[in-house]
Amino acid sequence: MTTSHAALSVRGLCKNFGALTVAQSIDLDLQPGARLGLIGPNGAGKTSFVNLLTGMLRADAGTILLNGEEITGLKPEARVHRGLVRTHQINTLLLETSLRENLAIAVAERENFAWRLLRFTPQWRRCLAEGEAQLAAFGIADLAQHRVAELPYGQQRLLEIAIALVLKPRVLLLDEPAAGVPAAEAHAIHAALDKLPAEISILMIEHDMDVVFRFAREIAVLVQGRVLTTGTPQAIAADPQVRAVYLGRSAP
Amino acid sequence: MTVRPDMSAPTLAQLRLGAGRFGWAWHVLPWGVALATYFVAGAYLTLGTAALEMILFTLSIDLALGYAGIVTFGQAAFFGVGAYAAGLLSIHVTPDPILGLLFGTAIAALLGLVTGVLILHTEGVTLMMLTLAIASMIGAFAAQAGDLTGGDNGLQGMQISPLFGVFPFDLWGQTGYLYALGVLFLWFVAAWRIVRSPFGRSLDGIRQSPRRMRAIGTPVWWRLIAVYTLAAAMAGTAGSLKAQTNQFVGLDSLDLLVSGTALVMLILGGTRRLYGAFVGAAFYVVVQDLAAEFDPFRWMFLIGGLLVVMVLFLEGGLMGVADWLHHAAARLWLGTARK
Repeated sequence: MTTSHAALSVRGLCKNFGALTVAQSIDLDLQPGARLGLIGPNGAGKTSFVNLLTGMLRADAGTILLNGEEITGLKPEARVHRGLVRTHQINTLLLETSLRENLAIAVAERENFAWRLLRFTPQWRRCLAEGEAQLAAFGIADLAQHRVAELPYGQQRLLEIAIALVLKPRVLLLDEPAAGVPAAEAHAIHAALDKLPAEISILMIEHDMDVVFRFAREIAVLVQGRVLTTGTPQAIAADPQVRAVYLGRSAP
Repeated sequence: MTVRPDMSAPTLAQLRLGAGRFGWAWHVLPWGVALATYFVAGAYLTLGTAALEMILFTLSIDLALGYAGIVTFGQAAFFGVGAYAAGLLSIHVTPDPILGLLFGTAIAALLGLVTGVLILHTEGVTLMMLTLAIASMIGAFAAQAGDLTGGDNGLQGMQISPLFGVFPFDLWGQTGYLYALGVLFLWFVAAWRIVRSPFGRSLDGIRQSPRRMRAIGTPVWWRLIAVYTLAAAMAGTAGSLKAQTNQFVGLDSLDLLVSGTALVMLILGGTRRLYGAFVGAAFYVVVQDLAAEFDPFRWMFLIGGLLVVMVLFLEGGLMGVADWLHHAAARLWLGTARK
């Protein structure tokens, strides 16, 4: 295999729940530094696709390569340690825990400190410091010691992205990062998304077309568990097939 | 414009019991009382020893249920198995108390590991039922295996040699009390350290959101097995202590009622505080004794009523009350300091 392989490469990925097909032979490549938007109507299989990538669902067939290494059979936590990280659409943050500890727990996991029961104080301090640095980069350093539950929703979504980043991902799956955020707070999310390190390859699943077209340099359209088409945002916007799927057959 | 929390008010962390310059004083209080009990308890010293054993047992439930969120109603299995293991070792192998304690702890830990592997992929009501089922099975086994356990008659003929070869276990329970207090202290320090470790914080995360923890790469299942084993070991130590200080093990040590009582103690004291287990168990044992003296037939009624009042009106149990008093005192102090 050559050195210039895709960051994430999916081949022939299939998944059925009984008679329901959520993925039928999906092929998808994510190049290093990619900003790929994945769109599709409700029930197209977007969430299932993310769960297949992260290992929360087992694929019936097909392979997933991360930087050229096969990860198809790995457990979700092992995939995270290899650099495949996701954010969640719904809130899964540790609400009773402070912001910096939410981050420090993730750092500890990344560094494999989290099995430490004894002799941990210096390492844990470093985890906290790294957490605080990440909060500073997101402009919310002053909230470090507050519990997540005290935060407005928009800032909770920011924290979600911050946690994913301290895991030092090579491939980042963003599952509707701006969902449910009031318009007044959305600009902070957009700013954070724009500032994501260029070297990270990103796949964004999003319902909100404004967000996708703003962020993505390439868009894939998923329909009934199949990649209908892939192209630049302009090409996708102009594609009659896509318009038919999204706007219904009666659309012009 | 986003609303930000008030930055000028002291955070809860700053007002927490045990934080700040004189925080250490709060640690002296419970241990000081425990030590003082040795000198003043007189005939009640064996009751004190029983309280210490229940504190350790309740602490083990706080670790599994309070911190890690493992809904277990079967913790008595580890308590009882630890007790029988320590008892059997003293009868058949060696009367040494320390070896007996280690053996009881190890066997309980082993049982925790094996059952944990079997049941910890489940959660909620399913997990609760499985912990109950395992405890019931072990209880039934102990009742049937009369040759090993003495069945209904209990395990008799235990001989415990003097502690460190010097201090015999006397009739008044003086050695027993200090022995139990020392062992409790060691486990308490370990637990205190563990819940503040990266490991302990990941457990707190798993309790709040297993999904989040998997997403940051936590092997949730293994973490839960580890803490379940640890809690089982701790419960096994408590059982071993009980066996050694009573020089007897009965089937009641495996009874589901033991798990239930310890849960009540934990809720009374306050979960996820460690000292909640300490205060709750001590309080329960004392109140139970007083109530039983006051009315030998209806004391459970009093305990039940107390629990209802505590759960309904006092969030966080006795430790919640202590927090409230501490806050009130701190405000008063800050108020006068400003003037």
